Parts: sequence; C-alpha cells; structure tokens
Amino acid sequence: MSQGRDTVPPAAAWAEQAVRESADDAELPPNGVGTPHLTKEQQVLARIERARRRKPKLREERITMAHGAGGKATHTLIEALFLPAFGNPVLERLEDQAVVGIGGVRLAFTTDSFVVSPLFFPGGNIGDLAVNGTVNDLVVSGARPLYLSAGFILEEGFPVADLERIVKAMAAAARAAGVTIVTGDTKVVQRGKGDGCYINTAGVGVIERDVSLGAAGVKPGDTVLVSGPIGDHGVTILLARGELDIVSDITSDTAALGGLVDSLLDATGAVRCLRDATRGGVATILNEVAKAADVAVVIDERAIPVRPEVRGACEILGIDPLYVACEGRLVAIVDGAGAQTALAAMRAHPTGAGAAIIGTVKDDPPGLVLLKTQFGGTRIVDLLVGDPLPRIC
Amino acid sequence: MRFVDEFRDPELARTLAGQIVALGEPGRHYKFMEVCGGHTHTIYKHGIEDYLPPSITLVHGPGCPVCVIPMGRVDDAIHIAEQPDVILTSFGDMMRVPGGHGSFLDAAAKGADIRMVYSPLDALKIAKQNPSKRVVFMAIGFETTAPSTALTVLKADADGVANFSIFCNHVTIIPAIKAILDSPDLRLDGFIGPGHVSTVIGCEPYRFIARDFGKPLVVSGFEPLDILQSVYMILKQLAEGRCEVENQYTRAVPWAGNARALQAITRVMELRPYFEWRGLGFISHSALKVTDAFAAYDAERIFEIPGVRVADPKACQCGEVLKGVLKPWECKVFGTACTPETPIGTCMVSSEGACAAYYNFGRFTRERVREAART
Repeated sequence: MSQGRDTVPPAAAWAEQAVRESADDAELPPNGVGTPHLTKEQQVLARIERARRRKPKLREERITMAHGAGGKATHTLIEALFLPAFGNPVLERLEDQAVVGIGGVRLAFTTDSFVVSPLFFPGGNIGDLAVNGTVNDLVVSGARPLYLSAGFILEEGFPVADLERIVKAMAAAARAAGVTIVTGDTKVVQRGKGDGCYINTAGVGVIERDVSLGAAGVKPGDTVLVSGPIGDHGVTILLARGELDIVSDITSDTAALGGLVDSLLDATGAVRCLRDATRGGVATILNEVAKAADVAVVIDERAIPVRPEVRGACEILGIDPLYVACEGRLVAIVDGAGAQTALAAMRAHPTGAGAAIIGTVKDDPPGLVLLKTQFGGTRIVDLLVGDPLPRIC
Repeated sequence: MRFVDEFRDPELARTLAGQIVALGEPGRHYKFMEVCGGHTHTIYKHGIEDYLPPSITLVHGPGCPVCVIPMGRVDDAIHIAEQPDVILTSFGDMMRVPGGHGSFLDAAAKGADIRMVYSPLDALKIAKQNPSKRVVFMAIGFETTAPSTALTVLKADADGVANFSIFCNHVTIIPAIKAILDSPDLRLDGFIGPGHVSTVIGCEPYRFIARDFGKPLVVSGFEPLDILQSVYMILKQLAEGRCEVENQYTRAVPWAGNARALQAITRVMELRPYFEWRGLGFISHSALKVTDAFAAYDAERIFEIPGVRVADPKACQCGEVLKGVLKPWECKVFGTACTPETPIGTCMVSSEGACAAYYNFGRFTRERVREAART
C-alpha cells in the first residue's frame, strides 16, 4: 500500500457533498406544542420521508445499466431529466400510456423498446414481446388497441432467418391481439454497434368505454389482484441465458391482455387501476400506485401465486419474485366491494385462470407497500435501485 | 417448496416465540448480535422481529463481505479494470458499491470491461474464451467463498490458464468478531454465530468468545425458524447460567468444519499482516493474500496497484452501528445523505448491511406496520 496505515486519508468528495447537500434534512422536525409527541425514531423516520419526497437529483456523470432497470434510478432519470424537459399534464400522469382527446374521441398512445437478450427464449421471442408489450400498455387504460408501428435497429451480419422468425411472431401476435401494424422503419448499425436486433413499437388505441383508470384513483379499502403466477418471464430469460446451468420447463408468460381486460371491465365497474407487471415486477407497480395515490398497499405473501420453479430459481439467486418481470400478467386494483366479481371474471378468462386476490389498500403509512410474510412477520417492499436482471424485455 | 417451507412455518414460530418470552428474565434487556449479513437479511426479509419481545434487540454485525471492503479497494479494482486488455469480473453485489470515484457500474459506463459472474469458475471460463485478454476476478468474502476462489486458482494452474488472476480481498471472520469484543463500548449478551462461514471453519474457533469474553454463541442457519431457535438457545444458556458455543445449524455445519476446503485455502492463500475494514479500521491478520507459489495468479503482483485509501465522511457512524452501539436510524446521516441510492457508509452498501436492511425492509416503526397489516 502506498499510503501507510497511520495517515488519515481524505474522504470521497461525492460523499462529503452528499452530507452537505442533505444538511437541511438532517434537522429533526420540532416536537412543537399541539402536535403529537414523536419518539426519536419517529422523528428520524419523518426526516427520511421528507428527504424521499425531495425532487431526485441525477448524480451520475454517465448512464449506467441501473438507469434502464425500471427501479429508483429510472425514476430519477425521468423525474430529474425527462419531466422537466417535456413536462405537460398528459405526461405527468406517468401511466403506461398517454390518454389524449381528439375531436371528442379519447385516444391511448404509447411506445416501448425491446432489447431482450437472448432474442429467442422458451415461450416466445423478442417479436412477441414487442407486440404484446405495447398492446398491454394500451389495454390497461381500457382502450381497444388499433394500430402499431414497428421500428427495427439491426446489426450488420444479423441472420435473415432469425429476422424472419421474429417478424412472423410479430404478425401472429398482432393478429391474436386484433391490431394492425401500419407503419415502420428499418435501420442497420455496423457489426459490434448493436446486439443483433432491437425493436421499438408504438401503438394507438381508442377508449370507448366510460372508464378513467389510473393509479391516482386508488383508494383505501380497495383490493389488489394479479391475473396469474408472477415472475415466469424474468426467470425464463435468466435460465435461457444459460449462465446458471439450471434446466427447467418454465416458459415466458408473454401474452396480450386485451381479452382479459375486456372480460374484467364488462363484469364490473369497480376497477380503478390496471397495470401490466413488466420490468421491476409487481413490487415496482405497487410502489408506483402507493406513491401516486398516497396510500399504503398491504399484500400477503402466502396469497401471491408463484410457480415452484420460479420460487426455486429465485431462492437460489437471492432474488424476490415480487421484483421479477412478467410479460402477460395484469395487476388490477378494484373497489373492495367488487373484488369477488372481478376475481371471478378474471378466472373465467383463459389468461386469468390463475388469478388471485393478493392484498388490500389502506390509508397509513402513505406511499408504502407492506408485505405480510409467509413466516407471519411484516416488512416494507421498497423500489429497487437497479434490477437484478438487466435486459429482460 | 420442500426444504424451505418447513423452516418458515408460522405455527412453529408462534410456539418458539412463546418459549422465548417465557425464558426471558423479567425486567432484563437482551442485546444479541447476528454476525452474518445473511442473517440480517433473513431477519428483515421475513419480519422475524415481529416474533420477538421488546426486551430483545438484535444488533447487526460486520459479516457482510461487500460492506467491509474499503472504498480504496474498489478504486484499486477499477484501476486494474482500466488497464489495457483487462476484463474485470465480479459478483453482482459489488457492481453498485461506490469507491472514491464511482462504482464498477460507473467504470463500465466509462468504457471498462467489467462483467458480473455467479462464481469464480465463470471468470475462469471467460479467461479461457478470451485468451488475448487478462481476466481478473474480484475475490471477496469470508472463509465461505475463499475455498471456491482457491479451487479456481488451482484449476487455472492445472489447466495452464495464464491470463487469469484474482484481486484477493478475502477476509477472515474471527479477527472481526475479536475487534468487536475488544471494543470498550460494547454491550452484547450473546452472538448468533455465522452459518455459512462455519460450514468451512467449524465451531471450534469460536470457543474463546465463550471462554475469554463470557458471551454465548450459537451457530445458526439462515431460515427464519433457525434464527428464532438460535435466539431461544442463547436465552436458554443465559437462563441456565451456561456460556458455550452451540451449533443450531447441524444440518450443514460439522463441528470440525470442512478440512478439504480449509486445505484449499491454505494451499493458495496466506494471512496478510493487516487489512483495512470499512467501518472497523485496520485489523491485524484479518485478511488473505495469494501465496508466493501462486504469484502468477495474483493481480496485486501482475498490476501496479495504486493502494488508494479513502476515508468515510466524518458524519458516517458505521463503526458504532457495526458494534451495536447505535441503531441504524440513530446515525446522523441515515436516510438523508446516506441511502441505498447513494450509500456513503458501509452499512448501507449491500442489502445485507444493517442500515440497508433497516431502510429497505423496516423503515417504519413496527407498531405502525403491524397496524396496517392487520386485516
């Protein structure tokens, strides 16, 4: 070691800066007259809440993989960079799709890019994801999906036979979802500048139903449902990469959710919010809901459907299935009074046969997701900073 | 799921919790340290504290291998990664750990080739697949992971892989526990002993803790019922006036440890005179380096290592948290300057660190969480 153990080295500049910047937050809230007396721990927790509600700051000098993971780093990028630049009321809802009115018609509009690795995996390929992902972002607003665009970024040397397989899968998925691919674009980058094939799709749909779905409408007393076992897609991709030498029959759950959403919305008017549990999994979605509606979401680990293979793989890797991506699973939050009707409607549809009620919405502590563990304890389910599994979709 | 659900049975937990309450001396407060970060993670992940009476506090110890790596070693590793033709490989938990000038993820964003692996053998595989590159494995962990690193070096040697080396940051558990025991402000009544480390070193090395320091230690498994049972066993010792090393984790830990694993370590590695631990400072004979016989696989001899040292900010109170003097939330910067997004102190770095576990899983007072979870 060039520096001996007796010298005191300087601290990292970034760390000292973080201490300085949060000096204001470090003050404890006063225990004033007329306010409920807070214990020291409660004061500290209140201080943290204040720090968490502060507008996030983009600290990194360069983009890292964490920025694409759908967790805290992605949220920071959106809130510190994209929202201030593009800010408008439609975008600020931060739903899976934008809802805009044109000539008395309500349109849903969305876009999604797909960089999954590997391109082909049990249960589908990047083409299935590219269609189903965008369709699902539309249908969770209650929209009937109509038209899709398809943009391809291909790497020099990519096998045409592979592209054919992908395109055929897209055509089949579009037919199944009842959408038409009406426009597109193709770009090719030099060998080594891409990873085979990236696809972007955008989609529009029309909201004909008299519904206004969204996380902000969620209320205490609501019930949380999922449409089937969670985490299948993420674990399938992980195993397909072959780095773990685990053999399993598990396949991706990629599917279009339009039919399931229609059955649900036809059956009950109790639906408040629908989300497609992709990147970041069910945990990330529920955190977004808790924050948007300023409510607590309480879920029960024993009630959450997870296939044994998925649980096993997650146990080995130390990942929580709650954070693992799905590509054809609906999270529905409905008025508590309509929960059983909603559950029955979901189970009656083939895509929702494994549906389950997994939790309820409460008023306190706001902005938080809580889990009753299988073991009988309780804990918080927070957003992850990054994703344990990059490039899952 | 078999072999898992049996150890997470709420019925058994309630029974054990009742026995734990019955064993406690009325009016006495107990502080037990779980040494291992894996235990800390289990405690929060499953909500084990909900089963414990308020008279028992669990203190989260220094046994998170990612957390104890000083920032300067991260900078040194990044320096290696920035050399020509180097591929640095690392376990996933190291990727986000910040050094003085950013993390492995940041270094990768600037162009260094840093790859995540699940095992040192994966790193060796990468070396074989890339003969024109110099592949370095960032070796971290206690005696738990040191054998797999050692065996990988032996395999590299046997297979004649010349472009593979390890940046050795392996540490040993006993000196760290001793450093905590030697601390004058220590207030602990017993230890939940590390399970995985003990599969290698066995239970014998802990004897001095009971003999010289008068603290009971129970080597524990990692499922929630294992930990509850270990708490029960420590309390039982205290109630009966015994002070011993006991093994709760008999299904994995042989009393004498794993002789072959220990042999692999001693073939390839030897003790350093001293090593800097984040949060605890320099501890004598507390870490391993590559022996002269395997110098060809030692990144510290292949590359110029700058030997960077970076202090934690003065506001950081990790040392006190690690010794159980402070609870995570009692640290001045907890949750404000120091968060899982920007961990300025070791305890916030990995999900096994005491502060990160508290921040991620238990940020609200138990009463409020319990109230919300009531149906």
